[in-house]
Amino acid sequence: MAPSLRFPPPVTRLSLKRHTASTGPWFSWTVSTNGGTISRSLQSSLPSSTSSASADRLGTANGRLNLVPPPRWHGVAEVMLKLMAFSAIAAVALIFIFIAKEALPLLWSHEVHKEVTIGKMWTAQLWPGYDEASHVWQPVSDIPKFGVWPLIIGSLKVTFVAMLAGVPVAVGAALYVSQFAGPRLREIVKPAIEMLAAIPSVVLGFFALIVMATVLQDWFDLESRLNAVVAGVALSFAVIPVVFTISEEAFRAVPRSYVEASTALGAARWQTVVRVVLPAASPGIAAGVALGLGRAVGETMIVLMASGNAALANLDLLDSVRTIPATIAAELAEVVFGGGHYTVLFFLGAMLFTITGVVNFSGDLIIQRMKRKLGVAA
Amino acid sequence: MLGASLALTCTRGAVTTTVNVKGSDTMVTLAQRWAEAFTAATPHTSVQVSGGGSGTGIVALINGTTDVCQASRRMNDKERLALRARTGSDPIELVVARDGLAIYVNTANPVDEISTTQLKDIYTGKLTNWRELGGPEATIIAYARENSSGTYVFFKEHLLDGADLAAGTQMIPGTAGVVNAVAHERGAIGFGGAAYAVGVKKLKVRRGAEGPAVSIDLSTIQSGQYPLARPLFFYLAKPATGKVKAFVDFASSKRGQAIVSGVGYFPVK
Repeated sequence: MAPSLRFPPPVTRLSLKRHTASTGPWFSWTVSTNGGTISRSLQSSLPSSTSSASADRLGTANGRLNLVPPPRWHGVAEVMLKLMAFSAIAAVALIFIFIAKEALPLLWSHEVHKEVTIGKMWTAQLWPGYDEASHVWQPVSDIPKFGVWPLIIGSLKVTFVAMLAGVPVAVGAALYVSQFAGPRLREIVKPAIEMLAAIPSVVLGFFALIVMATVLQDWFDLESRLNAVVAGVALSFAVIPVVFTISEEAFRAVPRSYVEASTALGAARWQTVVRVVLPAASPGIAAGVALGLGRAVGETMIVLMASGNAALANLDLLDSVRTIPATIAAELAEVVFGGGHYTVLFFLGAMLFTITGVVNFSGDLIIQRMKRKLGVAA
Repeated sequence: MLGASLALTCTRGAVTTTVNVKGSDTMVTLAQRWAEAFTAATPHTSVQVSGGGSGTGIVALINGTTDVCQASRRMNDKERLALRARTGSDPIELVVARDGLAIYVNTANPVDEISTTQLKDIYTGKLTNWRELGGPEATIIAYARENSSGTYVFFKEHLLDGADLAAGTQMIPGTAGVVNAVAHERGAIGFGGAAYAVGVKKLKVRRGAEGPAVSIDLSTIQSGQYPLARPLFFYLAKPATGKVKAFVDFASSKRGQAIVSGVGYFPVK
């Protein structure tokens, strides 16, 4: 099989033949691509010498080729397709502009500064009623406290667990499916793993809350039922299909010639897989991990339901955690429009958007570079 | 469903008046039952009930986008000022039902009663072990509602005197979630509406350290003996007229108060 990423690379061949017949020379040409073949032939009553007159007759003379201009709707359709493509881009831009606009009063609004400033969000504060300077997230309070570190640490903890649990499973499964499984088994296993992506995140969250939390607590005698581990493991179910799909593509994109060369040199199958296939596919795996990371950081419903949402600023994975997306989801419904709390939540949203944007973009970049390196048109 | 279809058929004959009711999630079910019974008995009327939380409802009242605001807490000074700035008058406050905040613990927990002082200490993080309440040696896992809920605000203001909940308090969206968590966890404690307490134990509550231990029921809530009772309100931006007045009066009527008991809350009197 040709080196491929899902589809064989496009190949275009143009062949031109000159025939001699009693009515004069006539030409036929064929354009063949892996998408299909288009053939045209035309006849000319003139000898091989070309002139403007003959060119004209070439086009219309005896009806074997009609150079009819394409119907107008082709152009209209193309413009519409273009509009659709650009409207998606415009949506991304507009959403970001909207979020940023709502967050910006944090920088200069006096009204907002009565409640919160950027500086107070990031530094430990000695709040009345507290013994020491600390990072506190207590937005609904007589003195609202918007320390963001507990939320950032919470997000990082859950994401760390999700990646730790999800990536090895996803990459291992991808390696198995692409390198070891027979075609029939592959037809079953691959869609089954990709089915994970079809489970609504609220269902995953519910499952984690009711079933997984209880089971994990019983097994490991955990103090807190809902914690970063429970939420992270549940989140890994959302990460696995993303990492799996891209890694599997990457493994299958490794040129056949690499494997054949390795086998010809006497390498065992395992040696080929570990020393040749894995390194060749590693940029693709990295891209998959990056996209999975973006998914994990931004996922809301699973963590809202399964993490316990306590805003603690410590590194204990068995403590309850509050993440940025869950905080936005839980609190935005009830804030005063344009107030300090509202602005801070939009600031968190803009921050989250930027992080997931950068992570996803770098993932795409890696994929493109890999395709180029392996000689596949991106 | 009945109310909606009735309103629809009525539109043919005469103009249908819509009464908008918005606010506390705690009161959504209650307001819906009221709306169903009310529209069934009153022609050419539809009542639209939506939740979102007490704060959301109050904001809607301030912005003039709802006729009636249902709230599980009193409007605060900031909100009253904002409303007066728009309408020039104070809101009209009506107590339409009462709710008792039950304290839930796991059924396996031997502790039967708790004082408001102890509750405060638990939720501010000073009391961390059931041993200190005469229970077994086990860490107290405190659950609360998300800070967007009226229940959270009521608990924080009424019981904690505005103090912050301990950072380790787990925040669950929805009372059903709190009940579920407490039902599954031995060391857990949580709070919420008495009607939701299925599969968990409701503690008797003492006012202060010395008060008598009172269990949550109709008489103790109406008499004010139970320390964690709260009124449920209707707020109006201006004196009610027409269909709005009819609906509000219906909620306070004998039939309306019977519906209150039906959904697990407590009638006003």
